[in-house]
Amino acid sequence: MIGDYTYSEFFSILAMQGFAGLILFSVFVLMALGLAIIFGQMGVINMAHGEFMILGAYVTYLCSTLVTTYLPAFFPYYFFLAMALAFVASFSLGVLVEWVLIRHLYRRPLDTLLATWGLSLVLQQFYRSVFGAREVGVTLPDWMMGSVSVSETIEVPLNGLFVMALTMIIALGVYFIMYRSSWGKRVRAVVQNRVMAGAVGINTKMVDRMTFGLGCGIAGIAGSAFTMIGSTGPTAGQLYIVDTFLVVVFGGAGSLIGTIASAFTISQAQSTMEFFLSGSMAKVLTLLTVVGILMLRPQGLFSLNIRR
Amino acid sequence: MQVNEQLSKDFILSIDSLTVSFDGFKAVNDLSLYVDENEIRVIIGPNGAGKTTVLDLICGRTKATSGSIRFDGLELTKMREHEIVHAGVGRKFQNPSIYEDLTVFENLELSFPKGRSVFGALTFRRDREVIERVEEVAEMIFLKDHLHTDAAILSHGQKQWLEIGMLLIQKPRLLMLDEPVAGMSVAERIKTAELLNTITRNQSVIVIEHDMKFVEDIAHRVTVLHQGKVLSEGSMERVKHDPRVVEVYLGH
Amino acid sequence: MPAAGFLFSKKEWLYFTILAALLLVVMPLAVDVFRLNLIGKYLTYAFVAIGLVLLWGGGGILSLGQGIFFGLGGYCMAMFLKLEASTPAATKIQSTPGIPDFMDWNQITALPSWWQPFYSLTFTIVAIILVPSFFAFVIGAAMFKRRVGGVYFAIITQAVAAILTILIIGQQGYTGGVNGITDLRTLHGWDIRTDSAKLILYFVNALLLIGVLLLAQSVRISKFGRLLIAMRDREDRVRFSGYDVANFKIFIFCLAAAISAIGGAMFTLQVGFMSPSFVGIVPSIEMVIFAAVGGRLSLFGAIYGALLVNAAKTTFSESFPELWLFAMGGLFIAVVMAFPFGLAGVVKDHVEPFFAKALARFSKPSPEPQPQAAE
Ligand SMILES: Nc1ncnc2c1ncn2[C@@H]1O[C@H](COP(=O)(O)OP(=O)(O)OP(=O)(O)O)[C@@H](O)[C@H]1O
Ligand SMILES: [Mg+2]
Repeated sequence: MIGDYTYSEFFSILAMQGFAGLILFSVFVLMALGLAIIFGQMGVINMAHGEFMILGAYVTYLCSTLVTTYLPAFFPYYFFLAMALAFVASFSLGVLVEWVLIRHLYRRPLDTLLATWGLSLVLQQFYRSVFGAREVGVTLPDWMMGSVSVSETIEVPLNGLFVMALTMIIALGVYFIMYRSSWGKRVRAVVQNRVMAGAVGINTKMVDRMTFGLGCGIAGIAGSAFTMIGSTGPTAGQLYIVDTFLVVVFGGAGSLIGTIASAFTISQAQSTMEFFLSGSMAKVLTLLTVVGILMLRPQGLFSLNIRR
Repeated sequence: MQVNEQLSKDFILSIDSLTVSFDGFKAVNDLSLYVDENEIRVIIGPNGAGKTTVLDLICGRTKATSGSIRFDGLELTKMREHEIVHAGVGRKFQNPSIYEDLTVFENLELSFPKGRSVFGALTFRRDREVIERVEEVAEMIFLKDHLHTDAAILSHGQKQWLEIGMLLIQKPRLLMLDEPVAGMSVAERIKTAELLNTITRNQSVIVIEHDMKFVEDIAHRVTVLHQGKVLSEGSMERVKHDPRVVEVYLGH
Repeated sequence: MPAAGFLFSKKEWLYFTILAALLLVVMPLAVDVFRLNLIGKYLTYAFVAIGLVLLWGGGGILSLGQGIFFGLGGYCMAMFLKLEASTPAATKIQSTPGIPDFMDWNQITALPSWWQPFYSLTFTIVAIILVPSFFAFVIGAAMFKRRVGGVYFAIITQAVAAILTILIIGQQGYTGGVNGITDLRTLHGWDIRTDSAKLILYFVNALLLIGVLLLAQSVRISKFGRLLIAMRDREDRVRFSGYDVANFKIFIFCLAAAISAIGGAMFTLQVGFMSPSFVGIVPSIEMVIFAAVGGRLSLFGAIYGALLVNAAKTTFSESFPELWLFAMGGLFIAVVMAFPFGLAGVVKDHVEPFFAKALARFSKPSPEPQPQAAE
């Protein structure tokens, strides 16, 4: 016996808590991947990242309403279309933003931070004007609802499983794009030596723009996935931006594996502590630990040694 | 240990089996180097030989993996950067590194060794002593007429001088200059050589340089570095005719 | 560099006089007590903005967590006032009389020990300065000693602001939670809610602000101020000129924190409550925009920036609430893209030359045609 629980009850609570942590982990990874690309590869702090995510969520919401009204037969599969559209929308907005704002600010990281914060405010108000201040949710197709029972006391929701699967696919996709494709090689070349990369004929401006767009596009997909497990409001993106940055910085900017490892550590720590403490205290303790570790090891968990 | 202590008395700087490794790559490898009081030592060597890294190690910018650096009886490898400066080591960077938003006067004033603590800086007064010393140094570095010019608009050569002046005003016992004449005109190089020759009356100087003419003008002794090790050492004459040096460095 | 003259140059003394006249004479004469109190509230943000000019404009260190210090100062003040408002007589309907009402609502039956010292006004005033400075010292020492700066510092300070907000909201039994500490009444028996009290507090606030402005200026023109500029440009050169760079950064961070905290305490006094909505991420970054709009390098600008942005915010959110976020967002973008030196930059580039020209035309016959140009 542990406290008021039997061992089997305790075990299933731990398992469920672990699973909740895994969903949180997926969400963190989805959000952080895009940010890690933009921050790690370009050194740009995009405070509007959450709003790009919400854009994906709203696109998914629009899809779900439109499909229910005009194409009910297609409904079970609309999610895949929605994700593609979410990517396209966020990618395009990202490219536009890079062209209008970011490219003028590459040497001024602190100013980029402020400008993108301004952008996030504008986007929030835009969403509020278009979609209203209330949170909206999408209707899930039947096959995503319900849950599988692993044992008598442990139940695993299907939508959670789907989000986790999606996360893995996207993470693998990003890995291939960044480390196995010739385009990724060009991106890394620009990161390591911009002038040299330009000199050997890489269009560094285009690489910047596409990298930024890609990061935003992934945020769009993340937003789309997000609708499966929660509802969307105009300011939902802002709630996560600091957590996401901590995930990226904690993992060590520029390291994909680091980002994933840090998302895992933080999400598991938080959901485990939530079992013992109130939600807010769990969050406070998690964030404090992360900040504390970052103070001891500012370069993050995984980092490259680059000559200053 | 005892022996080492004895040895280091004679030299102002003695570096013993110094090694630094960056992720396994030994940029400086078991290096030993001794510099006399009031000597001008020039370090030459091909790009990437580890010259700048040696200076980084002496002034504490990079931490040594092993070995020792003794300066005037102090073990520098264990000290923090500003303590090393207080001990009397001044260092000029490879790229001119001055405060562009401030005037020449202010650049020199900030380098004047007074008011170096937070409280000291808050209560620092620009008194006669400071002004005289700044003017004296400005004269030496040929910038007397530019005292109230913004440092940003100086020529490249003048910026290099200014940085040297910022070190001189601290009266260091060991002055380390990383490529001080890079980007200077021929006339400026000659003036710089003169400057260096005058100042070594009471300090030792380590200079890194690629310009052989300039090296010949100033060097008392020359050390050739290659792949983090000393390849050859001695007078310019001797080093110049060392076949190994010709092969890796002077040949091309 | 304003070298000539005591503290300010001649031109700056003119600006200083205009500012002092505006705050101490024009405003109190021009508007009613209600509006004046509102202006007083805006001016409490100017403290934070002045801190940011020192820290960010002067030293290139951007803190996105100045709300922490504003809040800590404000909460210290609020705790004192709350204790005074919670006498056993005034709270006799509670199940535990004599403790703040929100504690009673949260089933707390005794005043926590760390609240006890706030019965003393002296302790409170000391705490208003020292608690935020200590916080800043811990954060600053941890970060600057390890050479963390730039965007990392910005993100970490933001995270700390987030943590503190969650903590305050979560621990509502001890902090008043999301509503904050409200219903504050008297300071040593003096009712702070009356019109006359508001008028007096406005003047106290304005005088403190002017004092802080002078203090900040004296730091800026000292060698310390020039070192900050030097560090912003070439940190390594400063370090290898024999300075322990981290100590300087820690000091200026603590100073900015203490200044912000004074603002926070004056906010509590003038507005009558303190809540986590002045601590977190959003208010903290808004405080940066006050300094940015005024001009990140200008102490005067900081004050005007805080006044203008807040006045605009009040006007907008009264009449067109949906436009406010657009305006605010646009402001962030414009100030970065088009006006990096804010109002002060505009004044310097456009207004001053205009006056110089006008002055020159008037004083043509005189032997010294352009006194302004001597600056
Ligand atoms: N912090 C560091 N991390 C990794 N490698 C480093 C670091 N510092 C120096 N190196 C490497 O050590 C080697 C020696 O560099 P160093 O700058 O000392 O050469 P140098 O002799 O000054 O060359 P140059 O004549 O071009 O100035 C180089 O290969 C360099 O890349
Ligand atoms: Mg070098």
